[in-house]
Amino acid sequence: MAVYKKIEPKSAPSTSLGVVHWMRENLFSSPLNVALTVLGIALILWVIPPFVKWAIIDGHFKGTTRADCVGDGACWVFIKMKLSMYMYGFYPAAERWRVNLAYVLFITVVLSFKYFKHALPKIIVTVSYFIVAYILIRGGIFGLEGVFYNKWGGLLLTIVVSVAGIAFSFPLGVLFAFGRSSDLPLIKSLSVTYIELIRSVPLITVLFMSAVILPLFLPEGVTFDKLLRAVVGLIIFESAYISEAIRGGIQSISKGQYEAADAVGLSYWQKTLLVILPQALKVAIPNLVGIFISVVQNTTLVMIIGLFDLLAMVQLTSSDSHWLGFETEGYVFVTIVFWVFCYLMSVYSDKLEKRFNTSLK
Amino acid sequence: MLAFLRDRKVRGYLFQLITITIVVAFMWYIGTNTSHNIAQRGIKTGFGFFHGTAGFGIDDSPISYTPSDTYARVFLVGLLNTLIVTFVSMVLATILGLIIGVLRLSKNWLIRKISLTYIEIFRNIPVLLQILFWYNVVLRSLPSPRNSMSFLGKIFLNNRGFYVPQPAMNSTTISIIIAVLVVIVFVFFLNRWANRRQELTGEEFPVLLTAIGLFVIAPLIGYFVGGANFDFSYPHLRGFSFQGGKHYYPEFVALTLALTIYTATFIAEAVRSGIEAVKVGQKEAAASIGLSGYQSLKLVILPQAIRIAIPPTINQYLNILKNSSLATAIGYPELVTVFAGTTLNQVGQAIEIISITMLVYLVISLVVSALLNWLNFKMKIKER
Repeated sequence: MAVYKKIEPKSAPSTSLGVVHWMRENLFSSPLNVALTVLGIALILWVIPPFVKWAIIDGHFKGTTRADCVGDGACWVFIKMKLSMYMYGFYPAAERWRVNLAYVLFITVVLSFKYFKHALPKIIVTVSYFIVAYILIRGGIFGLEGVFYNKWGGLLLTIVVSVAGIAFSFPLGVLFAFGRSSDLPLIKSLSVTYIELIRSVPLITVLFMSAVILPLFLPEGVTFDKLLRAVVGLIIFESAYISEAIRGGIQSISKGQYEAADAVGLSYWQKTLLVILPQALKVAIPNLVGIFISVVQNTTLVMIIGLFDLLAMVQLTSSDSHWLGFETEGYVFVTIVFWVFCYLMSVYSDKLEKRFNTSLK
Repeated sequence: MLAFLRDRKVRGYLFQLITITIVVAFMWYIGTNTSHNIAQRGIKTGFGFFHGTAGFGIDDSPISYTPSDTYARVFLVGLLNTLIVTFVSMVLATILGLIIGVLRLSKNWLIRKISLTYIEIFRNIPVLLQILFWYNVVLRSLPSPRNSMSFLGKIFLNNRGFYVPQPAMNSTTISIIIAVLVVIVFVFFLNRWANRRQELTGEEFPVLLTAIGLFVIAPLIGYFVGGANFDFSYPHLRGFSFQGGKHYYPEFVALTLALTIYTATFIAEAVRSGIEAVKVGQKEAAASIGLSGYQSLKLVILPQAIRIAIPPTINQYLNILKNSSLATAIGYPELVTVFAGTTLNQVGQAIEIISITMLVYLVISLVVSALLNWLNFKMKIKER
């Protein structure tokens, strides 16, 4: 009997292996691709090295005064010295621990969500967190010194406006979404009018409206704080967008779900809250997070009606006579902060989308 | 009595009745408060203020405007500037978005990553921040008019704006414009004719090549027929500033750049998802019946991709319109800046002025939505 020796497979030719092959396939597969690669490298070389040189190599990090920034590089000393303005605005230094405590509590609450199985305790914890955080930051009772709204600023204000905007416009948006998909003609037309009207005007006009016209709507003598007016404007605006995202979710639910809920004898509210809404929200999550990102971005508009949010701090701090001419550093810093927040949210949305994707493959 | 309440229809009516009562009561409440407050503060009402003299200047106006003009003229200037900046940003954002969206699907790894980085960076930065950055940092750091950056000695860029030569509105310019319009109309009908012929006989007509050829030749013919004389007005330095040519103010440049760069990221994503949504089977089917690369792109892939990409793109156009109102932060004289800003401050009739401003945006949005619905209807796949 002949014995055949097993022949080991030959390894692939070196041209179809490793880095060289990968580069040939992905960077130099055709003349057009070669040209594009060269252009791309040129673009990278044009943008990144000068920025790195300005920001890091020539950047000034040490020191406390303007005199420590000599030469062309970025003066991060400016940001370092003004950091408390960027973070808290005019919030009194002795009371800042309260803001930090509110941040820490927020992280604790988010982490604790893992240990709750049902929605109700989560809602209770969240609502009580908002109350506690508001009392902490605003003060005025329990022996905490009152810190009025006009002292709030910088990142603190941006976060307060974003969180309040999202927290209040979400339930309102759910309400309008169900209003719009209702069979009752009056409810439906009211919701449609509201949603379409708000969605077709710019946010800045809504903010002007709530800043200038809202006081006229109230009885004489009742005044509204500027911050509150801005938040009300933001809520009016964003709830229309949120309701459209949720309506998209509601529309994606098949008729069978409604019929099944009716068949087992659920009431309208049971059907809505237990069957329709959970499924609708799941579908709407990517769009909702997109809207939340735009809420965070839209909070910058409050500077136009005279509040000092994170973006407004750039102009305020760089008009300090000791630190003139460092606007660029301020803008770069604020850009990075906003970018990190928005980018993390979009990454989180991708994760949620994957986790909630219960559809059959 | 209670059984009566269990009827679904009755409850529906009841619920609506309660809602409308609340809404009407609310309206009545704020209505009385408002009229009381207006009377109390002595604010004027009505639209008579439109005839008043504005008294403030506007640098960047597409139509002639002097401080002695009326508020109605101010409104018109603002509206025109809004439309101009929206239109310019729309065109530029579409071009940039298309390029980035296509590059995002390139076979080239580096280019793919660069486009992705571009999208991830710019859509996660608030557009107002971008506007302020361009205006306060980039454009302000440009040299003064004396030391302008110049291209070929004809185009100038400095911290007062962007200066380009402008052709005079003479017979040459007009005949070129007419030539281009004629070609557009001609290509439109040529395309319809070619499509119909292809459906009937299978014969192809090289529409794209013809169109490109016509777009080169027709303006040339127009140039010579019209007298071959552009009579450019060139920008030139006189004293401390430039004269002649077309002057784009830094506010306009900053706003256009920011809106273009920001919105292009969303258009790029729309383009990419449109192209990706066309199933591989479609491309394979097109290849298997022997269509060439260009044919399968033109007849199979693009018609399907465009159908998906157009609605979100038009939404982005509306976003440009709405975001153009952020010009008020840098003082570009569009509707919100000059009308809801300066005019409101001078006249003080907040309700009228803000309602009119909102109404303008509302009308434009409704018109665009109607167009979009019509387009969607036209482009819908006709099934049996």
